[in-house]
Amino acid sequence: MISRAAAPSTSTLASLSSRSLRAQGAAARSFATVQEAPPVKHYGGLRDQDRIFTNLYGHHSPDLKSSMKYGGDWHRTKDIVLKGDDWVRFRLACVGGRLISEIKASGLRGRGGAGFPSGLKYSFMNTKDWDKDPRPRYLVINADEGEPGTCKDREIMRKDPHKLIEGCLVVGRAMNANAAYIYIRGEFYQEATVLQQAINEAYAAGYIGKNACGTGYDFDVYIHRGMGAYVCGEETSLIESIEGKAGKPRLKPPFPAAVGLFGCPSTVTNVETVAVVPTIVRRGASWFSSFGRERNAGTKLFCISGHVNNPVTVEEEMSISLRDLIEKHCGGVRGGWDNLLAVIPGGSSTPVIPKHVADNQLMDFDALKDSQSGLGTAAVIVMDKSTDIVRAISRLSTFYKHESCGQCTPCREGSKWTMQMMQRMETGNAREREIDMLQELTKQVEGHTICALGEAFAWPIQGLIRHFRPELEARIRQYEKEIGGAPFAGGWKPSARAEGKLISPGM
Amino acid sequence: MASKLLPRASRLLRPTSIPQYRSFSAAPQRLSDSLMVYKKGAVMPLLDLGQRQHGFTSISVMNEVARMLEMPPMRVYEVATFYTMYNREPVGKYFVQICTTTPCQLGGCGSDAIVKAINEHLGITPGHTTEDGLFTYIEVECLGACVNAPMVQINDDYYEDLTPESIKTLLTALKESATTGAQVPTPGPLSGRSTCENSAGLTNLREVPEWSPELLMRKDGALDGEAKQ
Repeated sequence: MISRAAAPSTSTLASLSSRSLRAQGAAARSFATVQEAPPVKHYGGLRDQDRIFTNLYGHHSPDLKSSMKYGGDWHRTKDIVLKGDDWVRFRLACVGGRLISEIKASGLRGRGGAGFPSGLKYSFMNTKDWDKDPRPRYLVINADEGEPGTCKDREIMRKDPHKLIEGCLVVGRAMNANAAYIYIRGEFYQEATVLQQAINEAYAAGYIGKNACGTGYDFDVYIHRGMGAYVCGEETSLIESIEGKAGKPRLKPPFPAAVGLFGCPSTVTNVETVAVVPTIVRRGASWFSSFGRERNAGTKLFCISGHVNNPVTVEEEMSISLRDLIEKHCGGVRGGWDNLLAVIPGGSSTPVIPKHVADNQLMDFDALKDSQSGLGTAAVIVMDKSTDIVRAISRLSTFYKHESCGQCTPCREGSKWTMQMMQRMETGNAREREIDMLQELTKQVEGHTICALGEAFAWPIQGLIRHFRPELEARIRQYEKEIGGAPFAGGWKPSARAEGKLISPGM
Repeated sequence: MASKLLPRASRLLRPTSIPQYRSFSAAPQRLSDSLMVYKKGAVMPLLDLGQRQHGFTSISVMNEVARMLEMPPMRVYEVATFYTMYNREPVGKYFVQICTTTPCQLGGCGSDAIVKAINEHLGITPGHTTEDGLFTYIEVECLGACVNAPMVQINDDYYEDLTPESIKTLLTALKESATTGAQVPTPGPLSGRSTCENSAGLTNLREVPEWSPELLMRKDGALDGEAKQ
């Protein structure tokens, strides 16, 4: 969930414009003939038969029998797992695993926020001579879904748990893991219960455990419940938490693929990423990669919350346009599309995009990166014109201040500092230059912390300043008018000096 | 050395005038089996078990866990104080946690209205327990049910899609069930929809046909080839 790789690039705007110029140049016609415009492909409109999570709305119960009947779970899992076995026998080079190459070919990118190519990530576990390493190897599933706006993994775990468990086996086989640990957030008690029942069913049916699916491969699945810490969504702090310590992120390197859970090679991966893998392998990588734009393949669960008429979690094709997504599945923005103010497109840590960007926004990793935001976990938070945008972002600052683990100084102090500044910005009790100060402060935190929580609290504020600076300034002027004079920096009233308070000349 | 330090740490962590428990019954066998590999890994489940048995994670629960796992007590205190779900003070019979993070603040009628309604109904502000000891009420960060905003978690259950009226009805029903033993209301959305679907009618997956291998399996035979080998 918390990840650095989704950094909104600062140079994208420049490269974007140069790219489009070049494209125009290439399209310049040299003959007086009518050229057909390249076909514009519209994404979205996923058909029901192409949906992976068919039980998203609770059509049937999550037990093994119904999952097999309606979801096709555990169908020919034995053959799938044996594909990995083939790889072991022939000792191919480090990235040549059959199962992994299938995942690679599908173009699946991690669904936890960073969008890292999954096949590549799984291949890190199978380095040269991995089989000479006597240590056990673990697959760790990140079900610590805490990013505000995100509620997709919960639906998978309570309605389609067998997809996740089968995914554990298949992905575990691809990386030659001995066991999977599912780290589920503590608040999801009922979801953990459903998942545990499903695991018991799978053990009883012989699908996991010793000789899983009759393939001769031993694989165990365990659940570990968290106890309420957002930062445990970061992979190394999640590992720390399973080991029974406070969830404080570790320095990398060594990466978990080398030294991870209990000091053994491990890979941490999101629930949705794992749960889609069996279906991809069953239906073929080309089927999955036929959805979405290039490098952004597949289908994705979108959670749309906030000011829409009917908030919904829905599986859609990647690269669907934001407007289509909202109007087709959520009954539109409250008061119509023109009433839209801004959208947070990928969970709280991605920068906000205003309406004029949202108008033509495609929902995929690259398109959102080009808009200086990110797809994150595809948790769309919609805000209409009635929203107090400064308060909304300020509330996120409070969230990050609460969830900072306190290990690194920039994040521990910076999150509190920005929270206090943002709370003053809500009323406008600040100086205009404090907006720049806030911007600079977030830039100082970014990249200077062990995990990405530093970025996570910096980006929403940067997004706010980037797109809503006039709003901040208007509030400051309004406040000045109300109290009759500019406050000193730090929120002191203009009369503070007369009251004998210590105000430095710079304030 | 550790025993000398212990009383001081205990004083810090122990809320005043609360009965302290001396021990709690042993963990289920399965749990203790898994500890054999890496004992310390069981500290979180055991603390949770202790909390469920005693209502809160008292210093004695922490010490007992430390004894069972042969860990320095300080390591257990570290864990118990880091995670927010370990209540280090007793809570009421119903532990009401209302999410007030941005998606809940925006969605539905907004969590501000719900907070106000609870304040009025229970007569307490967040962070307090009612005089009858039935309700403890706190504001928490995102609980991961944003599509069903606004929502509260009461003990282990999520109640979603709230309105000021429905939360008041819910709290009244809970109070009744505590006094008369009536049924606790069913968790889930209180608006009539079943989970996370469109409340105006499904936009997709209106029917879920039985899964058929002819339609939904790959045709390139990649799996068949492997099976023969």
